[in-house]
Amino acid sequence: MKKFFQNPKNVLLMVMTLVAFVIMIDLPLIPVKINYELPKFLGGQTIKYDRMIGGYDLYAFNGKLRRDLSIRKGLDIAGGVSVLLEADMSSIVDSDRADALNSLKDVIERRVNLLGISEASVQTSNVSDKYRIIVELAGVFDTNQALSTIGQVAQLDFRIEDTETPPDETTGVPNFIPTDLSGANLQKASVVFDQDQTLNSSEPKIQLQFNTEGAKKFKEITEQNIGKRVAIYLDNQIVIAPVVQSAILDGRAIITGQFTLDDAKILVTQLNAGALPVPVKVLEQRTVGPTLGQESVNKSVFAGIVGLSLVILFMIFYYGRLGFLASIALVIYGLVTLAIYKFVPVVLTLPGLAGFILSIGMAVDANILIFERIKEELRLDKPLSIALENGFGRSWDSIRDANLVTIITAFILFNPFEWGFLPTSGPVRGFALTLALGIFISLFTGVIITRNLVRVFYKRSLRTKK
Amino acid sequence: MINFMKFRNLYFLISGIFLLASILSLIFWGLRPAIDFTGGALLEVTIENPEKIIATDDMETFVSEVSDVKINSIQSVSDTQNYILKLNNIDEAKKTEIISKLEEQYQTVTEIRFETVGPTLGKELLVKTAAAILIAAALILLYVAYQFKSRIYGMSAILAMLHDTLILVGSFAIFGRLAGVEIDTLFVTAVLTTLSFSVHDTIVVFDRIRESLKQSPNSKPVDLVNKAVTGTLSRSINNSMTIIFMLTALSLLGGISIKWFSVALLVGTVTGTYSSTFVAVPLLLVFLRNKKTF
Repeated sequence: MKKFFQNPKNVLLMVMTLVAFVIMIDLPLIPVKINYELPKFLGGQTIKYDRMIGGYDLYAFNGKLRRDLSIRKGLDIAGGVSVLLEADMSSIVDSDRADALNSLKDVIERRVNLLGISEASVQTSNVSDKYRIIVELAGVFDTNQALSTIGQVAQLDFRIEDTETPPDETTGVPNFIPTDLSGANLQKASVVFDQDQTLNSSEPKIQLQFNTEGAKKFKEITEQNIGKRVAIYLDNQIVIAPVVQSAILDGRAIITGQFTLDDAKILVTQLNAGALPVPVKVLEQRTVGPTLGQESVNKSVFAGIVGLSLVILFMIFYYGRLGFLASIALVIYGLVTLAIYKFVPVVLTLPGLAGFILSIGMAVDANILIFERIKEELRLDKPLSIALENGFGRSWDSIRDANLVTIITAFILFNPFEWGFLPTSGPVRGFALTLALGIFISLFTGVIITRNLVRVFYKRSLRTKK
Repeated sequence: MINFMKFRNLYFLISGIFLLASILSLIFWGLRPAIDFTGGALLEVTIENPEKIIATDDMETFVSEVSDVKINSIQSVSDTQNYILKLNNIDEAKKTEIISKLEEQYQTVTEIRFETVGPTLGKELLVKTAAAILIAAALILLYVAYQFKSRIYGMSAILAMLHDTLILVGSFAIFGRLAGVEIDTLFVTAVLTTLSFSVHDTIVVFDRIRESLKQSPNSKPVDLVNKAVTGTLSRSINNSMTIIFMLTALSLLGGISIKWFSVALLVGTVTGTYSSTFVAVPLLLVFLRNKKTF
């Protein structure tokens, strides 16, 4: 096995396979239309080919690994609304705050889904005493509507089944009559497990805990409605409608059902959204129109191509054949990076794009270090094969040390552990991520691929010359 | 081998001039913080085929008729029909009012982007940014000191890094004065990238000094340093050239929103390259004068 890798031709073969695979991933959707009439002597039929190629989806391991391989555009490129909300937790007990934030997130997600926004992201951020939610809605430009929808406090209320009127004919859902019991009376919902050891105790249940007023109201409701359903509504949508088994006197209700643990957790989150209502205020809001971003992308991509061409010209001009080989590695670098962006997937923002373009310039750094070393070794009259291997070998320390520093910076900028004392800005993260990915990929293409390209092609071309 | 270090006083003089210019422009002109730091609102609109010629002064008068709206500045974006209005922290309703006010005057007005940042958030970002820069500098110093088993190397690298940062920030005080360029989150990102780039380059030279030292431990420090600089200078310049190509292309041809970000990175790259050879290394020699050996 080790021998296999020692033969640079084998390594190159693997690299070629990788490149072919990467190109498959990179290919955007291109329509291919062929409409060609064969000459008479060949039968005169028309050949028609009209299909889209590229834009493939990844489907592997029986669907366990699935990727829609299109570039995810950040909000600054796609256009849309981004809102940073801060939750006012002053009325919530410390221990319940994390739950309340999750419930708030859940509520906002449900509302966003109701708006029919497909490209939406709702994230929570809990740093020291600040509970925040970042909502990003791509393709939404009506900020007014978006804000009024997501900014409201969740409304939870209880309704009783009306057995007098027939249920809805199409859905079979019974009619429910509103009561005066609301989310304000619910203290907290939580997942509990069966206390009775003789029964199967692993089944999760949902416990509702009312405050004093709520307990009184709930007692009345349950006493009068045994055998009927009590529905719990969140934002006028039914969450759950259990049947009342017996009167609940102490304000502690248990809802049983064949819940899985995940189901129970989701329900509890939804119920808590009403039980722990959290007012929010807008801290930051950004709306980007649909054209601004795309224009910038087109310009930046053009700038990238111009820059890349200059770098390639420079490398070939300065280092000759070695520079040409490095340029091949650089193009592979670009292709691999793009494929990884699609695969991860990296959400591409404008600063991210700048990071990528910058990394192309930095990617040849390793090559330049190595080539300068080779030149130096040659000046010392060492034979070419030794100069080549020394050039690669001795530069490694410098390459490693130098890149580690950039990794440290990228780490701080990306702030992966969400440390409260460091910035967590989205665009900055986009830049840091593309920068860090760029370093790792360029170490691979700049050192390993170039080295094997040089081993195979550079030495051979010299041999034929002599 | 070229005796680079013969002219070390010249290098210090050049750096001194740039540093002085940076410090003076920072003191007298200062930086123009964007709403990321100050809080406030930014509204960009396109005004197509206006009924009358647009003067930003007139526009200011119209917009300030909307109650509770304070205008910090109105800029027209070159080569477009876009205008950027910097305002106090207003809400959606106020923004709609402003747009209808503009429509009254100029007919077709399209909103391109609208951003608001609360005042607390701005202050928070300022503190976090400072923390990020300090932590990055500390980690890099630790790494360099550990890697080279010597505080002298670390000190020289950090001083060169501060030199680059100061010149970068100073240059933006000048750009701010001449072209109204503002300091935003992306600028901070550029500063941090410059920190790492500056040290990245310095490490390559230092690595070479260390290697020469291993080969001939009895040479004079000046000779070792000259040898290392001779060995790394073309690499350093060539590498920076490729980065400069990319960044120049991006600054001149790239999108407006990342134009000044690219310029900041470009300034950082140029001074980072210069400082590795012509600030960090001479400093190393100065520190060494007090010591006989490395």
